[in-house]
Amino acid sequence: MALRQCAIYGKGGIGKSTTTQNLVSALAEMGKKVLIIGCDPKADSTRLILHAKAQDTIMSLAAEAGSVEDLELEDVLKIGYQGIRCAESGGPEPGVGCAGRGVITAINFLEEEGAYEEDLDFVFYDVLGDVVCGGFAMPIRENKAQEIYIVCSGEMMAMFAANNISKGIVKYATTGSVRLAGLICNSRNTDREDELIIALAEKLGTQMIHFVPRDNVVQRAEIRRMTVIEFDPTCQQANEYRSLAQKIVDNKKFVIPTPLEMDDLENLLMEFGIMDVEDESVVGKTAAELA
Amino acid sequence: MAALTREETQNLIQEVLAVYPEKAKKDRAKHLMVNDQSVDVAKKCITSNRKSLPGVMTIRGCAYAGSRGVCWGPIKDMIHISHGPVGCGMYSTMGRRHYANGTTGSDIFTTINVTSDFQEKDIVFGGDKKLKAIIDELETLFPLAKGYTIQSECPIGLIGDDIESVAKVKGAEIEKTIVPVRCEGFRGVSQSLGHHIANDTIRDWVLPTREGKDDGFEKTPYDVNILADYNIGGDIWPSRMLLEEIGLRVIAQVPGDGTLAEMEKSIHAKLNLLHCYRSMNYVSRHMEEKFGIPWMEYNLFGPTKIEASLRAIAERFDDKIKEGVEKTLAKYKPQWEAVVEKYRPRLEGKKVMLYVGGLRPRHIIGAYEDLGMEVVGTGYEFAHNDDYDRTIKEMGDATLIYDDVTAYELDEFVKKIKPDLIGSGIKEKYQFQKMGFPFRQMHSWDYSGPYHGYDGFAIFARDMDMTLNNPCWKEMKAPWLRPLATEVQAA
Repeated sequence: MALRQCAIYGKGGIGKSTTTQNLVSALAEMGKKVLIIGCDPKADSTRLILHAKAQDTIMSLAAEAGSVEDLELEDVLKIGYQGIRCAESGGPEPGVGCAGRGVITAINFLEEEGAYEEDLDFVFYDVLGDVVCGGFAMPIRENKAQEIYIVCSGEMMAMFAANNISKGIVKYATTGSVRLAGLICNSRNTDREDELIIALAEKLGTQMIHFVPRDNVVQRAEIRRMTVIEFDPTCQQANEYRSLAQKIVDNKKFVIPTPLEMDDLENLLMEFGIMDVEDESVVGKTAAELA
Repeated sequence: MAALTREETQNLIQEVLAVYPEKAKKDRAKHLMVNDQSVDVAKKCITSNRKSLPGVMTIRGCAYAGSRGVCWGPIKDMIHISHGPVGCGMYSTMGRRHYANGTTGSDIFTTINVTSDFQEKDIVFGGDKKLKAIIDELETLFPLAKGYTIQSECPIGLIGDDIESVAKVKGAEIEKTIVPVRCEGFRGVSQSLGHHIANDTIRDWVLPTREGKDDGFEKTPYDVNILADYNIGGDIWPSRMLLEEIGLRVIAQVPGDGTLAEMEKSIHAKLNLLHCYRSMNYVSRHMEEKFGIPWMEYNLFGPTKIEASLRAIAERFDDKIKEGVEKTLAKYKPQWEAVVEKYRPRLEGKKVMLYVGGLRPRHIIGAYEDLGMEVVGTGYEFAHNDDYDRTIKEMGDATLIYDDVTAYELDEFVKKIKPDLIGSGIKEKYQFQKMGFPFRQMHSWDYSGPYHGYDGFAIFARDMDMTLNNPCWKEMKAPWLRPLATEVQAA
């Protein structure tokens, strides 16, 4: 099986890292060989696999050693649950330096060192929040990830973010091989959430690949720095991640997305009652003026 | 070759522009003009200070060059840190001939070069800590340095390093002035914005230090500052001598051969004498507004301009200075007359084309005219409209004026106008010399100088003569390409 490179994007706090790690655990359970690359200065994309926050990120080791050229692959690759390989790009503390450059440097390093050449089936990039700058678009550039999964929920801002990320994908899809592979709905228990995400996916030209229900077992596992798959393999939630994994293995629907105009997106949200119908007469009016 | 008529010059411009695509032609046409002395406002006929066209060679520099190289670079008792990757700092090492008196390591530091040598990790994790460490190291190595400037290179602006807070914290800790300069190279269209940014930092970080405080400075009515003389090849020294001879007291040279203390006490002056208008008019205007110090431009290139400038300066003072000026003019008259007598016959009627930076495209015209030469084309790399306002009156009617001229345009103009001498920068020098044109590097005075004042005029005249009348220009054709007859005659 040829190596498949997937990137997980989505609004900050939506559950990208948790979903990715549970999904990857399920893939590993199926016997797939997987590498996770955390593209987030917080470096918590592999915590549940390694049972610890990765202390040795590529950039922190590079800073210690002098430059990234001084590092060896084994310094940065850690093996976790079910043999899952883990690497974290790392980066600066909030408010200084350039996290985006850190991601670029880290990914180039892994590629040059041949991290992808072993008998891998999947590489998963877990990318911070939105595609804020060129650095965080790195995984979808230059023929790296070909499949993008967007984690979202039925909340307004999560859907706005999904639409924005789709715009970023269009930009690179027209010049490269990157495609949108589906929306993963990480449920927040909002009304008609599944219908809404299916509708959004349709408008974007893609699919809702799986609806992951909300379950407290995820939090219980996380407190123990474990994935659900490892913590409680028999529970229903573990099966949900397994079926997500199976769907991704079987996925053939890779598209250039058709992002919505702002008006269309707002209409969709109004249709589902997420957003109130806009009253033009109140725009720019203060509370006092409206009273 | 006779001077071109207005129509011929206009045709020349059209001819040269003809090769450009429509859009480029339209853009570049605005930067080229035939001089008309009757015009008062240059912006009617020339556009300047605009982004250079992509795809053509421009000779411009960047904001970092404007601050690190020009405005801050010559302040001799401070250490100027090139903050960013090594290249900018490396290639700005002593590139500019701003001379300074003193001994390296004790009272001058402009002869050493400091860079924070950014690595990948500094970009990713930020360079603030490194900057602090550099200042600590410099304090150990060079405890006599009076202060530091932090000259930002491009990446500093991209990653948003907080150099201002480093400057404040470290400055308080070591009790020295540290000036953070946000002169990232990508800002602005040329080095001109770097001058402005540097001026603003002088305003914000240096001038307030003694403001409203009794620093024990004893004022006299004759205190002046020399602003924006960069002491290229020692220019400021004959200038200062002249000003002192007429009875003035120069209390600060900013920045040529100048110090931090001089900058600080410059607020006590009666008058700012502004040499390069373009690069330091900003701080002059500020000092006028804030401290009530008027400013005036002056020009000490060649006896005619020296005379006019010194008399204009004297107008701002009492009779003592006016008498001083007349005495000085009389004293040096025989000296410069001897220079003119010697060189004018060798240079009379020769045509010059210039393409330089801040003030020279107009300031040195008078010196050439004193030698009987004519400037037939001139232009600036990074001027604004007010510079061209000042140029129109200095240039003859129907002469050619070019702004941010491209390498191609300058080549073509030179081929058609065939000047006897070209004065421009290092990037143009070898190209024109290979084309057989006598050339002087007029940014660095071609490793000569000074050219200011009467002493400088003698050197200027000698240099122009030895370049223009150098026998090498007759040898431009290989012997086997010469007509046989001349060879036979020679034999």
